[in-house]
Parts: sequence; structure tokens; C-alpha cells
Amino acid sequence: MSTVVESHDHGHHGPAKGLSRWLFTTNHKDIGTLYLWFSFIMLFIGGAMAMVIRAELFQPGLQIVQPEFFNQMTTNHGLIMVFGVIMPAFVGLANWMLPMQIGAPDMALPRLNNLSFWLLPMAFGILISTLFMPEGGPNFGWTFYAPLSTTYAPSTVNFFIFSVHIMGVSSILGSINIITTIFNMRAPGMTLMKMPLFVWSWLITAYLLIAVMPVLAGVVTMMLMDINFGTSFFNAAGGGDPVLFQHVFWFFGHPEVYIMILPAFGIVSHIIETFSRKPIFGYSSMVYAMASIAILSFVVWAHHMFTVGMPLAGELFFMYSTMLIAIPTGVKVFNWVATMFRGSITFETPMLFSIAFVALFTIGGFSGLMLAIVPADFQYHDTYFVVAHFHYVLVPGALFGIIAAAYYWLPKWTGNMYDETLGKLHFWLTFISVNVTFFPMHFVGLAGMPRRYPDYALQFADFNALISVGAFMFGLTQLLFLFIVIKTIRSGKQAKPEVWEGAGDLGLEWTLSSPPPYHSFTVQPQVK
Amino acid sequence: MAYIRKVFTGFILVLPLIFSSLIFSESSDYNMPIGVTDVSESIFGLHMLIFWICVVIGVIVFSIMFWSLWKYRKSKGAVAADFDDNFWLEIGWTVAATLVLVWMAVPSTQVMVEAYDDAEGEINILITGHQWKWHYEYLEDEVGFFSNLSTSQEQIDGEVPKGEFYLREVDEPLVIPTNTRVRFLITGNDVIHSWWVPDFAVKQDAIPGFINTAWTNVPEPGIFRGACTELCGIKHAFMPVVVRAVEREEFDAFIAEKVALAEEERMLTSKVWTKDELMARGESFYATNCAACHQANGQGIPPVFPSLVGSQITMFDSNKHIEILMEGVQGSAMAAFGESYSEVDIASVITYTRQAWSNGEKGDGVIVTPQDIVAYKNRIDL
Repeated sequence: MSTVVESHDHGHHGPAKGLSRWLFTTNHKDIGTLYLWFSFIMLFIGGAMAMVIRAELFQPGLQIVQPEFFNQMTTNHGLIMVFGVIMPAFVGLANWMLPMQIGAPDMALPRLNNLSFWLLPMAFGILISTLFMPEGGPNFGWTFYAPLSTTYAPSTVNFFIFSVHIMGVSSILGSINIITTIFNMRAPGMTLMKMPLFVWSWLITAYLLIAVMPVLAGVVTMMLMDINFGTSFFNAAGGGDPVLFQHVFWFFGHPEVYIMILPAFGIVSHIIETFSRKPIFGYSSMVYAMASIAILSFVVWAHHMFTVGMPLAGELFFMYSTMLIAIPTGVKVFNWVATMFRGSITFETPMLFSIAFVALFTIGGFSGLMLAIVPADFQYHDTYFVVAHFHYVLVPGALFGIIAAAYYWLPKWTGNMYDETLGKLHFWLTFISVNVTFFPMHFVGLAGMPRRYPDYALQFADFNALISVGAFMFGLTQLLFLFIVIKTIRSGKQAKPEVWEGAGDLGLEWTLSSPPPYHSFTVQPQVK
Repeated sequence: MAYIRKVFTGFILVLPLIFSSLIFSESSDYNMPIGVTDVSESIFGLHMLIFWICVVIGVIVFSIMFWSLWKYRKSKGAVAADFDDNFWLEIGWTVAATLVLVWMAVPSTQVMVEAYDDAEGEINILITGHQWKWHYEYLEDEVGFFSNLSTSQEQIDGEVPKGEFYLREVDEPLVIPTNTRVRFLITGNDVIHSWWVPDFAVKQDAIPGFINTAWTNVPEPGIFRGACTELCGIKHAFMPVVVRAVEREEFDAFIAEKVALAEEERMLTSKVWTKDELMARGESFYATNCAACHQANGQGIPPVFPSLVGSQITMFDSNKHIEILMEGVQGSAMAAFGESYSEVDIASVITYTRQAWSNGEKGDGVIVTPQDIVAYKNRIDL
């Protein structure tokens, strides 16, 4: 094998030129970049849809869009943000960072890597194209409950099903690649319990993906059969069971929620230890906490369905199991705080986003705990309280994790420091607007505004106007983020290999030059 | 710069205070309504208990965190300590978290057991969710009616000012007696809906093929407003729930009137109807039940809601027309009206749509009578 490699011209180690570099690349950094740009573009598309939603909800009454289009916006906003922004961004970060963090030259399965990325634009091209078809795109919510999504769906639901299948294949292939890389390509001396926490978080996430993506594929296939081939999985008139849909969907859906947050846990752990100049507190309990969260995620799914009419024992079981999740999650928060305690703390942009992550994710955790209490959930369920809850864990949670990671590793990727003043401005504008947007949602939800409403009663008007103002501010602020990223790629102060003071000891990625060589580690480093 | 920073920091600190002070007020504009039943009061109490526990935990954790951030900032010369684990601390906070959860779980279980009770009620009401209205049927007396949004389209479109109960008013509210155990049997006719009245703390999904139960016992007369809380299509936001709780005597009178009305309705079927009578009745039925989708001008919103103007069926095929009204159209939003409305209603709305918008002049203009609908039903029963 080695003789074959050596017979190649090793004079160039750089990428191919032009478009073919991106189409045919098998390089983990190029594919990571593709994933990240893809999710960035999707963030603006999904964000534009959120702006339509907020513009309509700015005042009571129907002003800007009709309910039919409004429902397409809420549905596609959810689908794009979940499958097109958060998940690809984490895969992009995994592609960039895993080989560099474990001391490998590249991912284990580079061609598979290329395939798993290029499936995504196909999937989302199909999904978004449905919006331009005569019957309109999917309009049944991102949770697509049957029979609204089967018997009563527009015929474009078939495109939606196909696109979900493609996304699922992409995720499964990506996860296989990540697991293979982590198990086979670690530097000598890097035992499992010496792996960086981001690597751990992705190992666990990848297993979750492999476990639940086939379930999602199964449920959309059952829909496809119901719609086109006369089966009655979810059709009560044919002896089927609409509640079965929800059970299968949420058996996928709840682990999916942790798929969207675990990698952020890993990222934030690295950033907090870097800027506290103190190793992460309780490394092993951090690993066990993530593993417990992942395992528990398979036995809590019906807490999304407390109002479907379960027996008392079922309601209580899912309430208790859901409450259990607060334990490992709490342990993680305590560990982050203990890492900051007696550190030597500085407040660069990634650290600011990570501190906000810990604080605001915890608020999302509290509302999650409240939602777990079944009788109280009878009042919260399907109101804006739920919308507030999951946006708190997904925006200042998952998305802040991703933005923090971008600031933290951008100097490593590009070799240029980002503009700290602009970064801080971006943080403060984002932090304020995110709270102005999502905090009042708790109140309108408690006061009784159901979610997925294009129009609402007059007593919700003031808060909705405020929420919309916050949302527009949040949306605009992210253009600043785009500007900062482009500016950093094009210019900026030269970054040192360790980038952050003292980071050199914290992980293998900081021992490489900034930007790192095309094939990260050509000689395996030794981990002591 | 320092001044700006101070103002800015002040703003950041004050913002959460403003927000969180709102929830302390018991006004249901910001907080969960306490409601009027024992169960809703227990749930409100539970909600506030869990909320306060979360606040206390939050204050403790965030105080330690922000104090550490302030105290150990490098700009003040903090030097990092060198510890990264403490076994007993880890065990300690794991146990503490578990204990807090047990503390929460006990009252939660109690309230859950109180709220969960599917024994029969003195009054049993079948609630059926339709796209996009509720149907209420009093099972003991075998009378029922639909409850439609009564807010006008002009208010929704902003052409006239919005009323006080914008989107929270219906043409005919559900009426229940006070101080009586009322059980709701909740199901769906087409897609999944969810019937919610915050003041009773009752929220149950209305699922086709399933009958869920919920119950309430309202101590005081009053009007209670709720909503559909499961996405059910285009008019999801436009099918509110309104419940009127009245004293027992008033309730009995209401039921007696409903029973008499139903009897009268049955008599109407055998009466001979003139075209004008059918047209008048059909026009008002159309406005209440059809115009939301097919529009007042009959032109619908193609391709989702087909136009009735100049269509082959409304002009030339009265048999097909009857069949569609009676059975609905599979795989579309067109519901089967036959099960839910009287022969007179079905006949009159068919006659109306066959005459209106110059369908009558261009088509065969057939008049469909209640007897035709009875004949159709008899044919199907064979």
C-alpha cells in the first residue's frame, strides 16, 4: 500500500482548482467547509421564513400571508432549521475537527463523506421546490402528524417524503463515517477516556443517529404507503391508528432533540476550559452524563404526547423518566460552573457565547422540567410556552454552540483572527434580541396562545409585537455574523498555532499550524 | 464609553427582572389562568411550585456562575487553580438533584391522579372536532349542534375594527350545568384536533377512531373561552371553544328547547318545500358552513378548494352533487355532511348552489328536496 502512495507525485498537497475541488473533494476540511456553508445558507432561508411568520404575527388579523402559506412557512422553517441548519452544522464541525482532535490525517471513509454531503443539497432542493408547486409545500407542521400529513395533505407530500429519506441516508452515512474514524484513527495513546469531549459528544450523537434515522425513514415510508398504495397504517377508517404515527415519530423525535444538543455540549466544554485556563471539571462525569442522556432519550418520547389519551400508568412513567433527564443535564451545568470557579477567565467572543449558552440553555432546561409535569403540561401543551422552551434550547442552546465553535475555531481554520470588537457586538445584539424574541413567548403561552396560529386574540397583541421586533433584530444581526466570517476568511491578524493563550496543551488541533495542512496529521502524534 | 457600558449593563440586568416580575402577578395575561375548577386550581398551584423551585435553583447556580466570572477574571489578575475533579462533589450534586426531583414528583403525581378520572359523568357530552368547527352532542338527550367561529371575515381581514372577543366567539357555545360532573368524550371526524378550555385545565386530543375522555365540574356560572390546540389545517386558528356554564334549571330548559327543535326539524323533512324556501335556507347554511372554503362567491381557492361556479357537477349532475355532500370526497378537505346535518339542510344547500352564481340559468337548475335526500339514504342503506 505504502509503495503505491509513494509513487504519486507528492509535490502538491493542495486541493484541486475550481468547482471540481468542491464537487469531487474527499478532504475532511473541504467537506467540513461545504457543510458549514450549506447550513449557513439554510440558516438564512429558514430565518427568512421565520421573518414571514413574525411579520404576519406582528398584529392580530391576517395582513401579509394567508393561513395556507403561513402553515407552509412554519413547517418548512422547522424542517430547515432542524435538518438543514443545526444537524449539517454539527456534521461540518465534526468533519473539520474530529481528525484534527484525534490526530488523524482525514476521515476514515472520504468518498462516503463526499456522498453524504452532496445528498443534502439534493434533499433540500426537492423540499424547497415544493413551495413553488401549485398545491404548495408541506403545510402540516414539522412533526407532520397523520392524518393531516397523509389523507389531508397536498400531493407534494411525496416530495417531502423523498427528501426526508435522502436526509436520513445522508445522516446515517455521515454517522458511520464518524464512528469508524473515532474507533480506528485515534493517535497512539489516546484511549477512549482521553478523547476530547467534542469527540465523545459526536461518538454518542452518531450512535443516536444510526439508531433513530431508520425509524424516521420507517414512519415516512408508512405515510407513503398510506397515501399511494392503499394501506391504512394511520387511517382510522381502514382500521389504522393515527396515534401510532406519533409514537413512531417521537421515538425518532426525542433522540433527535439530543442529536441537536450533544455536540454543542462538547463544544462549550472546550471553550469554557480554554477561557477559564483550567481543565474541564469532572471529565468522566461529563462523558457519563452525555451517555446517560443518550440512553434516557429512548424512554421519554411520549412526553410529547401527554394529551393523546394515555393510561395513567403511561403518563406517570413518561413523567418520571423525563424528570430523570434533569439529573445528567444538571450535572453538566454544575461541571461547567465548577470549571469557571477559580479559573483565570477572559471574555473573548466564543466564551461570551458559551456563557450565554450555559445560562440560557439552563432556562430552556427549567421550562423543559416544567413541561415534564403531566398535569401542568395539560395547560402548556401546544402553546407558545412550548415554542419558548424549544427555542431556548435550540437557539441559545444549539445555535449559540455552533456560533461559539465558529469563533473559537475560525482562526485555526483560516489562519486569521476575527475582529474581536465586531464579534462582541454580534454577541450582545444576538443575546439581547434572542431574549426579546423568545422570553415573552413564555407569557403568551401561559396566557393561552396556541402554537401554529396565523392569527390570535387581542390580549396577545402587545407581546406578539414585541416578539416580532426581537425576531427582526435577531435576523438582521446574523447578517453581521456573515460579514464577520467573510472578513475573517479574507483578512485579519495572523493567528498563532495555539490561537488562544495556553490552548496548546488542551488538544491536538492546537499543535497544528493555523491554517492547518491539507492532510491534517501526516505523522501520527503521540498522546501521553 | 464607561457611561455607555454602565447604562448597557444596567439594561441587561433589568431586562430579566422586568420579564420575571410579570409572572409573579396572578393576572392571566402573563401567567397560567388559575381557572375555576378544583383541578385547574391544583394545577396552577403545582405550576407555581415547580416554577419557584426552578427559580431557586436558577438563582443559586447563576449566582455562583456570575460571581465566579466576576471574581476570577484574568483582568484582575486571577490565576487559575489546578483541580479538575472531586468525586464527592459529583456524587453530592447528583444526589441533591435527585432529591429535588422526588420533591417535585410527589405533588405532581397527586395532582395527576386527581385530574385523571374517566368514570361516567352525570352529563356526558360527545365532542367531535371537524375541519374547522366543533360538534357537541348531549348523549343522554340525543341532541347536538355545531359551534362555528362567529367573528366575521371582515374583522380578520382588518376591514372593520376587531371586537372584544375577536376569534374567541362562536355562534352557539357549549352549554353545561354548574356543580355537576360533566364528562367529555372527545373524538375527531377528519384530522386530529385538540379541545382546550384553560379555565377547566382540560386539554384532550380529538383523534379520529379514538374516544378520549376528560371531565370537569364547574362551581360558578360563566363563559369560558378556549381553542383548538392541535394543528388541523388552514383554519386551525379559527375554531375556538366557548363553554357557557349555567345553573341546572337553565340547563334543563336549554336541553328541552333543543329537544323540541330537533323534533320540529324532523317534521320539516316531510313538508313540501318551495324553491324560494330552500334557497333562503340554503343561502344561510352556505354562509355558515361552506363559504370558509368555497368562498362567498362560490369560486373557492383552486386547486385546494374547487370552484362551484359553472362546474359540471353543480350544473348537470345532481346525483353526484348529493353523493359528494353526503359522503365527502376521499383525500380532500371536503367532509361528509350527511351524518351531521338534517336532510333539509343538505337539500337546501344543494338547491342553493345549483341556482346561485348563474349556475341555475346555465345548468339544468334541478331542485333537490329533503325527500330526495331521504331517498338517497334509503338507497345506500340497501
